[in-house]
Amino acid sequence: MSSVLPLGITLSPLARLDPRSRVLAAFAFAVGVVWCQSVAALTFACALAAGLAVLARLPPLSTLRRVLAVEGFMLLTLASLPFTMGGEPVFTLLGFAAGGDGLHRAGILLLKSSAVLLATLALLGTLDMPALGHALARLGLPVRFVALFLFTVRYIDVLHREYARLRLAMRARGFRPRASLHCWRSLGHLFGMLLVGSLERSERIDAAMRCRGFDGRFHLLDEHRPGRLDWGFGAVQTASLLLLAVLDVW
Amino acid sequence: MAHIPDGIVSTPVLLAGAVVAAGGIGLGLRRLTPERLPKVAVLSALFFVASLVHFPVGLTSVHLMLGGLAGLLLGWAAFPAIAVGLILQAVLFGFGGLLVLGVNIANIALPAVLLGLAGRGLLARPALAHPAFAGVVAGGGAVAGTALMVALSLALSGREFQVGAQALAITYVPLMVVEAVFTAALLGLLVKVKPEALR
Repeated sequence: MSSVLPLGITLSPLARLDPRSRVLAAFAFAVGVVWCQSVAALTFACALAAGLAVLARLPPLSTLRRVLAVEGFMLLTLASLPFTMGGEPVFTLLGFAAGGDGLHRAGILLLKSSAVLLATLALLGTLDMPALGHALARLGLPVRFVALFLFTVRYIDVLHREYARLRLAMRARGFRPRASLHCWRSLGHLFGMLLVGSLERSERIDAAMRCRGFDGRFHLLDEHRPGRLDWGFGAVQTASLLLLAVLDVW
Repeated sequence: MAHIPDGIVSTPVLLAGAVVAAGGIGLGLRRLTPERLPKVAVLSALFFVASLVHFPVGLTSVHLMLGGLAGLLLGWAAFPAIAVGLILQAVLFGFGGLLVLGVNIANIALPAVLLGLAGRGLLARPALAHPAFAGVVAGGGAVAGTALMVALSLALSGREFQVGAQALAITYVPLMVVEAVFTAALLGLLVKVKPEALR
């Protein structure tokens, strides 16, 4: 049974960066891209994000599928833009004129979201999730929040396995998922049982943690220090974001 | 879908979402004592697993949010639990952007906590309502609340989004029905098997 959470890809060059640099880089990139308005700058941003994806050795096919899934969702929201924003009509659909302004705007939004999405998957999606939790703690997020994050990451796999076991048992008894009241109720009962098991599990975890003197925080033992690679990466990124800003204004 | 990608929402909406999310998480963390941490974390993991399951609805499928159930079981602690789930979904699967995390957390967690608490109030008065009804209120209601808030975040971001926002809100109706039935069935089982979980 494989893990639902992808493990960090250790072989990529990005893996040698301090996780904190990767978190900061992802947010800085998102801030830079979200406030860009020109097609040229955003095309450059997409190229940067694609470069990061290559550096991170993201699997091309499944990454493309993710990007397309998010864009498919956006199309629903953006489809109306060409018809509501006016501007020079470019084509007509069922008698409605699609304006150039709206098409331009929709294109910009698609570029923005794709660039940030790709950069996020490259910089953060390939991190080991506990490492991300530690980075968030060192960046000053509340101790209790980080403890919740780390605990959750730990139990996702455990519960997913439990879910697969119950689902297999249902299949063995002839259950097929269909769009029916019976199916939805049966899955409700499945998760009800899973919930009961989880609550009992959490009582055992609580007892085991108390016996070890748990006080609500996980102590961070790994001492990361940003190295030369991190400063170099930061410098390259700052330069790229400046270039992005110049392209946008120009 | 409740995960808004980056770049769509306007700056004032981004800031408002971040304020609501930070406030709600702060409130929730205050109730998250070390003794309650394992329970909240295990349920938070369970909600994440549930969100991976796709339910067939007609020709398409929807995935569960279970916000109402989280609010009902955890109260304000559901706020940070939902935030953890959304961070993981954004980082691992690219569902929802980075800077709009605050907006996405607020859109899902606020209705979840409020309608979950309403559902809990109904459960505490069994003479007044059947447990299944509490499930319909918390499960279906939280989805409706999220649909409303997502549509509102888009509509407030620009006049040009108003039509798209309405279209988006309509796509939540199937999920609303599925979650109402699902949560009602789940609560019916929980009342029989482990009623102390609901106290």
